[in-house]
Amino acid sequence: MNIQDNMWKYLFKIIFLGIVDALSIWSAVILYNDASYLLLIGLIILVGAINIVYLVDKAYPMRYILPGTIFMVIFVVYPIFYTVYISFTNYGTGNILSKDQVVEQLENRYFSPDDAEEFKFNAFKLEDEKKFILLFENKEGERFIGLEQELIPIQNFDKKIIDSDNDDKIEEIANYKRLPKIQLFQNLDYLQELEFQRNDRILRMKNTEYFSSYIRQYKYDEEKDQLISLRTNKIFKPSQNGFFKSEDGEKLTPGFRNNIGWKNYKKLLTDERILNPFLRVFIWTFEWAILSVFLTFSLGLFMAILLNDKNLKFRKIYRIILILPYAIPGFISVLVWRGLFNAEVGAINNLLQFFSIGGIQWMQDPVWAKVALLIVNLWMGFPYMMLIALGSLQSISNNLYEAAAIDGASVWQKFRHITLPLLLVSLGPLLISSFAFNFNNFNVIYLFNEGGPAIPGAQTPAGATDILISYTYRLSFATGRGSDFGLASTVALFIFMITATITWFNFKYTGVLEDVKENE
Amino acid sequence: MNNNYESTTIRLLRHLIILLVIAFVFFPIIWTLSASLNPANTIVGQKIIPDNASLVHYKEIFTSDTHPFMLWMWNSIKISLITAFFSVAMTALAAYPFSRFHFTGRRKGLFMILLIQIFPQMLAMVAIYLLFLNIQNYIPSIGLNTHTALVLTYLGGSIGVNTWLMKGYLDTIPRSLEEAAYIDGASRFQAFFQIILPLARPILSVLFVLQFIRTYSEYILASILLNSTGKFTLAVGLQMFISDMYGKRMGVFSAAALIGAVPIVVLFMIFQDYIVHGLTGGGVKE
Repeated sequence: MNIQDNMWKYLFKIIFLGIVDALSIWSAVILYNDASYLLLIGLIILVGAINIVYLVDKAYPMRYILPGTIFMVIFVVYPIFYTVYISFTNYGTGNILSKDQVVEQLENRYFSPDDAEEFKFNAFKLEDEKKFILLFENKEGERFIGLEQELIPIQNFDKKIIDSDNDDKIEEIANYKRLPKIQLFQNLDYLQELEFQRNDRILRMKNTEYFSSYIRQYKYDEEKDQLISLRTNKIFKPSQNGFFKSEDGEKLTPGFRNNIGWKNYKKLLTDERILNPFLRVFIWTFEWAILSVFLTFSLGLFMAILLNDKNLKFRKIYRIILILPYAIPGFISVLVWRGLFNAEVGAINNLLQFFSIGGIQWMQDPVWAKVALLIVNLWMGFPYMMLIALGSLQSISNNLYEAAAIDGASVWQKFRHITLPLLLVSLGPLLISSFAFNFNNFNVIYLFNEGGPAIPGAQTPAGATDILISYTYRLSFATGRGSDFGLASTVALFIFMITATITWFNFKYTGVLEDVKENE
Repeated sequence: MNNNYESTTIRLLRHLIILLVIAFVFFPIIWTLSASLNPANTIVGQKIIPDNASLVHYKEIFTSDTHPFMLWMWNSIKISLITAFFSVAMTALAAYPFSRFHFTGRRKGLFMILLIQIFPQMLAMVAIYLLFLNIQNYIPSIGLNTHTALVLTYLGGSIGVNTWLMKGYLDTIPRSLEEAAYIDGASRFQAFFQIILPLARPILSVLFVLQFIRTYSEYILASILLNSTGKFTLAVGLQMFISDMYGKRMGVFSAAALIGAVPIVVLFMIFQDYIVHGLTGGGVKE
């Protein structure tokens, strides 16, 4: 490589890093002004890493690894830790905002006192601009001009500006033209925002005729960390549950998100209305994963044995047809099967009617819904098992069968004592993977029946066919019942732990971990 | 098992059972095909070959404004292509030093990649949703309801597995080829780009196809991050379209389902040998 090449490379590197750093400084300023210090720290670490890796020669291998690592850290590693954090909070509907945001919102609340003053008003607008002057008149007939948050008695103004033709009707103030009623409605958004000081009160729009005086409802005392109601003088203190609460138990909404310690875990494991549906979901998740693996493996192995004969006619065509369900995208298969199992218009009930079996409620009955799901998953999953079993069967030496035949073993005995044990050894890890996969097989469960039918009396949105992952999803994103991100994250962590245990066990079993060691 | 002496009855029985399972496999497929050709849009009293078969539902798929199937499918294909491309590019880069260089932290890095695979990304769906909810305040163009957000998420989730598989393949390429290149004056990056990458083409294409299929079929994250009809992927759009409307929209749905399945089935059949080999290597299709 010649020197000029090196120069270009160097120049390119400098320009690239220059752009990255410039963008980062720009973002850092925004983040700093927003007081998002955590994100700021993250940004600094990231940019620092990029600079070091591309400037220091010793970090050469990292230049290849860094791009992928950044994505993995932001979209896999960080979300895992964030999930842990959320599980210790009350994040969810009703507690979405931060405490500062809630204080700000509450401090912007006003109430109309009993002795509120009311002012009839007329608005005057500068043409083509969103600028307004308001003319007020109170009950006593005193008139004021509302200008830049102040109320100024009309006497203070030169008559020439206010009422040039001296007919006591005001059509125009300076260049501001009086707004007819219709245009008033068009500018409602702006007018509602206007506020004027009146003694210690605030004038705000009450309706399209009147402005009225309001008093701010709450005042936040930063030192004592409490809100004081200026109306009742009650004191509201922030509770651990994420609400401002008075001593007599009054709660201000909205609440704020707050660290609530182990409460989600406690709730999940001790509150019966949450624990019972959770346990049902938990048990069914295991049943579902085990039954799915068992059924798909049984049919898959059976078909593999039938196909494992080189002299079988149409063998290739059979194989291609039999793997079709595996080739079709899962979400499409499930949605199609959902139509087939539809109780009213579905093909399956139509077919059963032919055998005079009538009206099975596949979607409403918990047991039949589970049966239907297992059938769907059998259809989708057996080809995979067939494929891996076919591969494995071919590796079993024929000598074993011949020896067994000499001993007079039956077909069943050969299967029971030779085929099955050998297959289970070689396919064991794949079966465990399949278990882990079905354990989190969200698509089949959710797309088939959204986890339903609902468990009667459950406090949380739990359905009879919900598995843990679909339960998590419904806790967070189900429409109509609000989200409980905190509890959902707690459930997600349980799944994390179970899945991690299974996978870890599987890694040990297959020796992948030893692979890593050998790689030294 | 030695089948030379198999009797005709047993042989027939064997074919019969296989045909029975094939009937089970074909049942939903044929039924969908038939519903898609039945102009009635309902399935009450449907026959396998509809009386007055027509392509009216297929026409609707290409023309409907309220349910833009073609847009959804294009979204899915676009997102899957971009994800697959960048995922393969980044994993090829990341796998190379793990396969070739000796550096401190190499073993720890490999271990981390394995460890991260233990945690399925979709379990962190709440965190990912909230992450983009926050990002939205700063950079709306990669916030919620953007394809960029979805692609970024998929990329993050795909790096671990793909790097591991890629490294396994790169390990099988002999080092002597690069060493020869070094002697000819190639830089390390040139050796990677001009020698290793062309040789790794089989694994690059397999990982590309697998990632494409995986992304195309993904539902959960797409349904969380996307919320307007025009942005939906096929999985999200189709689910929205059909849920609880089987009585009224059967025909259009069936046609859309078939058209949506075709590209993946074709890809799968072309690459089936590779994919099946990959299976026993531990890659599980979703």
